[in-house]
Amino acid sequence: MKIIACIKQVPDSEAKVKAEGGQVSWGDAPLVINPFDEYAVEGALQQKEAHNATVTALCIGPESAKEALKHALAMGADEAVLVSDPALENIDTVGAAKVLAAAIQKIGGADMVTFGRQTLDNGAGLTPAQTARVLAWPMLGWVGNIKVDGGSVQVERVLEEGRQIVKANLPAVLSVVQSIGEPRYPSFMGIRKASKANIPVWSLSDLGIPAPAAVVTRSELINPPVQETAIEMITGETPAEIAEKLADKIIAEKVL
Amino acid sequence: MKTLVYIDHFKGDVQPASWEALGLAKSFGTAVAVVFGSGVDEVAKAAAEFGADEVLVADDSSLADYHAETYASTLSALASSHSPDLILFPTTARTREMSAMAAVDLNTGVLTDLIQLEASGDSFIATRPIYEGKVLEKTTCSAKPVMATIRGRAFPKPDREAGKSGKITKVEAKGEAKSTVEGYSASESAVNLGDASVIVSGGRGVSNNPVLTPPAGMDEKQAEVWRAQQGFALITDLAQLLGGAVGASRAAVDGGYITYAHQVGQTGKVVAPDLYIACGISGAIQHLVGMRNAKVIVAINKDADAPIFKQARYGVVGDLFAIVPALTEAMKKKLGK
Ligand SMILES: Cc1cc2nc3c(=O)[nH]c(=O)nc-3n(C[C@H](O)[C@H](O)[C@H](O)COP(=O)(O)OP(=O)(O)OC[C@H]3O[C@@H](n4cnc5c(N)ncnc54)[C@H](O)[C@@H]3O)c2cc1C
Ligand SMILES: Nc1ncnc2c1ncn2[C@@H]1O[C@H](COP(=O)(O)O)[C@@H](O)[C@H]1O
Repeated sequence: MKIIACIKQVPDSEAKVKAEGGQVSWGDAPLVINPFDEYAVEGALQQKEAHNATVTALCIGPESAKEALKHALAMGADEAVLVSDPALENIDTVGAAKVLAAAIQKIGGADMVTFGRQTLDNGAGLTPAQTARVLAWPMLGWVGNIKVDGGSVQVERVLEEGRQIVKANLPAVLSVVQSIGEPRYPSFMGIRKASKANIPVWSLSDLGIPAPAAVVTRSELINPPVQETAIEMITGETPAEIAEKLADKIIAEKVL
Repeated sequence: MKTLVYIDHFKGDVQPASWEALGLAKSFGTAVAVVFGSGVDEVAKAAAEFGADEVLVADDSSLADYHAETYASTLSALASSHSPDLILFPTTARTREMSAMAAVDLNTGVLTDLIQLEASGDSFIATRPIYEGKVLEKTTCSAKPVMATIRGRAFPKPDREAGKSGKITKVEAKGEAKSTVEGYSASESAVNLGDASVIVSGGRGVSNNPVLTPPAGMDEKQAEVWRAQQGFALITDLAQLLGGAVGASRAAVDGGYITYAHQVGQTGKVVAPDLYIACGISGAIQHLVGMRNAKVIVAINKDADAPIFKQARYGVVGDLFAIVPALTEAMKKKLGK
């Protein structure tokens, strides 16, 4: 079985991100694998163990995104591919889906492609379903458990209304969420292997597709107003007294 | 301007932000509600009562279960025949998927999780949080129709006029499902954090009550989960009294105290209720990004140095097992319930 895990590189969530001169800046905070995509890699690796599959990590991004791919390799992925082209700098999610679909075909197809639920930077949560649509494969979103049986896959989708069990034929596109389990830490051996890995870089001409034109574009960046909250500590002799005072404060806020 | 508004529902239970989308559509001109499913007369009627100028209903057994493919294909067909300027959705897991696919069909794009949307010439300018809300972006879609999903509680809810009837038009279901629904593994009631005006959340601290004696025969992990369930029962009581929902930190979800659907934060849900009460939650950045836009934040924590207090409007240093039930009692009295 062949699995491809799609990952992106984003600024760490501890980073102080702000708008500066029309650009997003995050100072010298590190770039990391999108945290949602660690679940995509974890989900793929669980299937690798259960079915002796191979896992390829796939990313569209600048040269620096190789570091995120190395993280996936260090976790246990077998191979990694970076798609990098100056023409891809401002693509929208439909564009990313078309490029990912082309890269998936060039890799030689797959039985399963795993995604994260959304990116931390853009946060659209659109790319997995759009890739599935472009490939005309089944889309299984918000998956917390994966069982492959021959040519089909059964998943548990973790939804607001409860866990839904859904079955589809392979190949299929999955977006994987936290219920899949804690992403494994890179092992010492894994890190060593990843540091020596040769990661191929494909351009659009390697994929044989034109640069997708973005229809969704950014026109302005805004720093949200800082909220000044002065905390008021509520104290008292007994829990009842504290609760009494706190209840009055909450009611006075007129939020109920 | 003509807008199609997708009314998102789960087995007839409408995602309330659908009505907010309908109200927004009316502010731009004609609002046509779109309802998919099987046996959805009530939903269509409600759409008319909330002010839809027309309701397009695809009522078909093939739409009884949600499938991204059939829902997207049915929507794409409607968009092609009705040529709207805009298609609006409430932001849910379902609508992100079906709008994503329909955008591929229609050669357009989707603007997700909007907190603002303005008409500009014959198009729209949207405002949305990016980088976990650390920055906002204004964004546009140059193709037609513009597709947009709105964040719950970011736009006003229109009034419902009971008994108001509207034009209801049947339309055809399209497309073929590529998966089968085998069932639900657990019957959980819907967790609607996005729409809740009050959220009471519990963290790892919810399991920390050494005084509680678990039933005999439990190992350490079972005893911890049992204690946490007693803690969440107190939190649920308070949430119910205030007409709110129950939230949780990731530590509580990972500990097996409560399901993932309740998780607030970076890898859970981003919420913005009027009142957020955090109980036994330390206030890690990944939790804060999910709730810091609440209007009023109350923190109850044993540790006076917990970072959650830096984000809160009111703080109590104390044991949640004592404070939470006392707060429920005090609220009951003051609210006359
Ligand atoms: C990639 C990534 C994504 C993440 N996503 C999320 C996310 O979406 N949501 C999220 O919440 N976290 C997320 N986290 C985890 C986050 O970093 C924290 O670990 C988590 O929020 C801690 O949960 P907690 O506050 O309940 O537990 P702790 O940090 O252990 O805090 C428990 C608190 O309870 C207090 N306490 C203990 N007993 C009592 C008592 N009896 N009464 C009152 N107070 C008591 C303690 O003083 C302490 O402050 C993520 C982490 C990573 C790395
Ligand atoms: N540049 C990219 N390269 C590879 N995968 C991506 C890229 N952008 C998005 N994805 C995948 O699509 C998911 C959703 O992204 P988004 O639609 O941008 O929120 C992510 O969690 C990734 O799995």
